[in-house]
Amino acid sequence: MTRERRRGINPIISRRGLIGFGAAGAGTLLLGGCDKLNSSDSFRGALKGATGLNQRTQRFLMGNGLAKEFAESDISPVFKANGSKMVADPAYRAHLAEGFANWALRVDGLVKQPLMLPLTYLKGLAQRTQITRHDCVEGWSAIGKWQGPQLGSVLAAAGLLPTAKYVVFHCADLYNGAPYYESIDLTDAFHPQTILAWAMNGQPLGEPHGAPLRLRVERQLGYKQAKYIARIELRDTLAGLHGGNGGYWEDSHDYQWYAGI
Amino acid sequence: MNEAAAETAPETALRGGDLVRRHRLVTRLWHWTNVVAVTVMLMSGLMIFNAHPRLYWGQFGANAAGHLDPAWLDLTSINHGRPFPGWITIPSTYSLSDARLWHFAFAWILGLAIASYLLWSLISGHIKRDLAPRAAELAPSHLWHDIKEHAALRFPTGPAALQYNILQKLAYGGVLFVLLPGIILTGLTMSPGVNAAVPFLVDLFGGRQSARSLHFLCAFGLVGFFFIHIAMVVLAGPINEVRSMITGWYRLPAEKEDEA
Repeated sequence: MTRERRRGINPIISRRGLIGFGAAGAGTLLLGGCDKLNSSDSFRGALKGATGLNQRTQRFLMGNGLAKEFAESDISPVFKANGSKMVADPAYRAHLAEGFANWALRVDGLVKQPLMLPLTYLKGLAQRTQITRHDCVEGWSAIGKWQGPQLGSVLAAAGLLPTAKYVVFHCADLYNGAPYYESIDLTDAFHPQTILAWAMNGQPLGEPHGAPLRLRVERQLGYKQAKYIARIELRDTLAGLHGGNGGYWEDSHDYQWYAGI
Repeated sequence: MNEAAAETAPETALRGGDLVRRHRLVTRLWHWTNVVAVTVMLMSGLMIFNAHPRLYWGQFGANAAGHLDPAWLDLTSINHGRPFPGWITIPSTYSLSDARLWHFAFAWILGLAIASYLLWSLISGHIKRDLAPRAAELAPSHLWHDIKEHAALRFPTGPAALQYNILQKLAYGGVLFVLLPGIILTGLTMSPGVNAAVPFLVDLFGGRQSARSLHFLCAFGLVGFFFIHIAMVVLAGPINEVRSMITGWYRLPAEKEDEA
């Protein structure tokens, strides 16, 4: 290392100083241009590239790891209901009035055997009960107890065709006037904590929480936990499903399909 | 920081007015990368906070006062429930999804930059030589002396200005070893995917909502550092200070004898 120094030169503003202020000015312009960048397709593409990296990194790190499960004493006193809290569809309301006695879940798409599964059938499958934390994309959390069959056992009953890659949940509600739907891939579909919950905190699901059936996919955020599930469709691609991004929020607001963050 | 001070040549050879190499390239690169990353993270983070402007302690928290998960901070009454205004958020108009896109992309830059810089600082001896407080510096009398000097705006001159004083060491150390690692770890803890991958993190911070609160407090710790840092740069001579962080060249402040 050589020590460098210059003595006796004492300009008020050096050339390097000017370069510095140029850089600071460029920085200000950059910040002022954030909105411009935000609406640039190529910049958004770069940001979304990082989101893809997030998904691959998380999947690599968590493997088949489980979401934390809690004790009864940890359950939120008030589990906030969000999104649709009621369903206007007349057929749904008729089923609700009958306690879903004549309701059935449709399973179709890329399956060997399309099925119509009554609630009694789903309750008769091996059940999983889990007390987990529900994390809303907005930032809040609530802890609840969920019970239902594993999604994997329902998919096994229908039998997947080799081309099936995505599980799509079509819901009975309209949110902001549009159908709600969500999708997950087979990694999450066959995760042991991924269940079709018909009970919450020991009671059949209430309407605000998605009666008669909602998805619990515990390693992702709240908007993936589809409520009022009416139909499960197996697909090879998300292209052609509404806007093609795999879910209501993904299509309408550019939310990320992988919601592990 | 100070290559010159690390030399074996006696420091008396240096005088106020000398132009010396101060910050090394790695420090300068990290500093400006961090400026961009922290700025974007803060502005996009404030937009994310706007989506649910309440903070809680513990595992859960979703509801306003009157429930059993009361918020310790509730800003929903400000600005129609979006407390942080558009000039300080990315993007400037409400979009949780766009803010998340920015936040989770620039998080990589922030995290990789500080991790690399801490590793380099450890290996190169920067931490031991320039940042670690010495026992004598931590003596209350020395701390009090430095606080009084700072309050009177009397800053070290000549070669002494090449060494970080104890208040600088505590401030920079607080950012490098507490606030930045803290904000990254609490940020990771809010991810349900990370919870499944690294379950101990959420226990370490006492729950997801505690982690979210700590994340916010770390952010405001960094904002506090920013204002003090800028004030000190302005008081110490902004052109000389900014130049030293861009080019590495720093002009030693003149000694008091020279001034007299």
